[in-house]
Amino acid sequence: MNRRAALMLGVLLVLLVVLPHAVNAYVLSVATLILYLAYTGQAWNVMMGFAGQLSLGHSLYVGVAGYVAGALFFHYGIGPWAGLWLAIVVCVAFGLAIGFLAFRFGISGVYFALLTIAFAEFTRIGFDHLAWTGGPGGMFLKVAQRDAWDLLNFRGPPIMYYYAMLLLCALAFVVCYLLLKSRAGYYWQAIRENEEAAQALGINTFRWKMLAVALSSAMTAVSGVFFAFYYNNLFPEQIFHISRSIEIILGPIIGGVGTLFGPILGAVVLTLLSDGITEALAAMGWEIPGVKQVFYGIVLLVVVIFLPHGIWPTLARRLGLSR
Amino acid sequence: MLTVRDISKSFRGLKAVSGASFEVPQGAIVALIGPNGAGKTTCFNMIAGVFAPDTGKVLFEDKEIQGKRPDQICAAGIGRTFQIVKPFAGLSVLDNVMVGSFLKERTRAGARSVALQVLKKLNLDAKAELPASSLTLPDRKRLEVARALATRPKLLLLDEVMAGLRPTECDEIVAVFRDLNRTDGLTILLIEHVMRAVMALAQQIVVLHHGEIIARGAPAEVVRDPAVLECYLGEETEV
Repeated sequence: MNRRAALMLGVLLVLLVVLPHAVNAYVLSVATLILYLAYTGQAWNVMMGFAGQLSLGHSLYVGVAGYVAGALFFHYGIGPWAGLWLAIVVCVAFGLAIGFLAFRFGISGVYFALLTIAFAEFTRIGFDHLAWTGGPGGMFLKVAQRDAWDLLNFRGPPIMYYYAMLLLCALAFVVCYLLLKSRAGYYWQAIRENEEAAQALGINTFRWKMLAVALSSAMTAVSGVFFAFYYNNLFPEQIFHISRSIEIILGPIIGGVGTLFGPILGAVVLTLLSDGITEALAAMGWEIPGVKQVFYGIVLLVVVIFLPHGIWPTLARRLGLSR
Repeated sequence: MLTVRDISKSFRGLKAVSGASFEVPQGAIVALIGPNGAGKTTCFNMIAGVFAPDTGKVLFEDKEIQGKRPDQICAAGIGRTFQIVKPFAGLSVLDNVMVGSFLKERTRAGARSVALQVLKKLNLDAKAELPASSLTLPDRKRLEVARALATRPKLLLLDEVMAGLRPTECDEIVAVFRDLNRTDGLTILLIEHVMRAVMALAQQIVVLHHGEIIARGAPAEVVRDPAVLECYLGEETEV
């Protein structure tokens, strides 16, 4: 990263820190959603963007983590800080199970993606039949008073969730930056580009792919815990749904797979445009269900046709941040 | 250094290699030649760990390595190139080579400096920052060699790196290998069709035909061997 990029990043961070004090509750909720998608996209990007393993079932980790931390809080009053660790452990276990099945038996590419969908789907069906978490009727966390910051139980006003997500985004960015510059980053990219050649250079591809899956699922688990405590309700039908997985991956794809800024940029562009369109239509008195999904489809088409590497690589060149 | 003992491999009943044995002594350059389909690459792949031989043994520094994975073989000290080049197209030339040097160097700075040295040796240092996808075929072949060298192998397996090169380019890369062999003591086993390179490099030639070794020895003897001439040019017939 050159100096110009570092400077721009600093300015962006300051703006994001000040933002909640300058906007209304609605904009703050949109901004929180953007940060949530940016962070989760960053987590997904570790697996696909860095190591080239396409997961179309990342809603699995969001859902499982949300349910683990949520249920602990709901049933036993155990706070999210303890629940988070268990959620991470469970999600990593899921990720490693999928990874082991796939990488051990040579399932790759599209078939790997199908396997990730399958896991998300049967977990959804499992939670639909699990009475302990409320089954299809969902699980609701008690919404306490919202003006005081209760960091211990992660309950508080919307601005607290915004800052939590901003902190996560910043952390994820730094972690991913360091990863890309490390041996792991080089090995993952080598595996992504050509697995056979990577192996011939002494890389134990099985081990490094498992590491990518473990890291990605652990990072996504944090998203899930956040989701549970921010929205306070969890339905299997919603949280594990494939559209949730698609929502996670659209950001990085549109922004630029494998880049550090792609997931962030993608989340900003997608959320602003789609919410903007929904709002504009509502203002004109039209309520069209599914317009968001149609819009996602159109954006994806346009990006795939005109900017196959995503918006960021082109934008970075324009801004003079890369060649 | 490398001993191949009586290895065989069949694909669906078709014998690709049967009972091949040869040795690569420490510090030597040995060429494996033979007509198309003779089983050279199959031999190579068994040494490099792409697949295990059906029978027989491969010994490297007196340890059995047959059936090990390619990454274990590489870590043991055998580097290889691919006949069909496999660059990491999305990465820069330098990053390509750094992937190799990370095997022995744990830090980024260390990996970078080893990679730069290797690139210099192969005259690719001026192109270090270019994306690998922008290289021409001769450069890609050199990149393939650079990447393998960056893992600091004791034995280097070269799978037709001269194919498709012009004679001058071929001579250039021959000089590089000769230098690596003499100054760094690198042992080399090469599969090659380009006899110009084979004659210039190899101290010993092993000839494969229909999966069997039909001749071996010093280059000058092998090229006069009637069995070798027959398999390359066909039987002598009275007209």
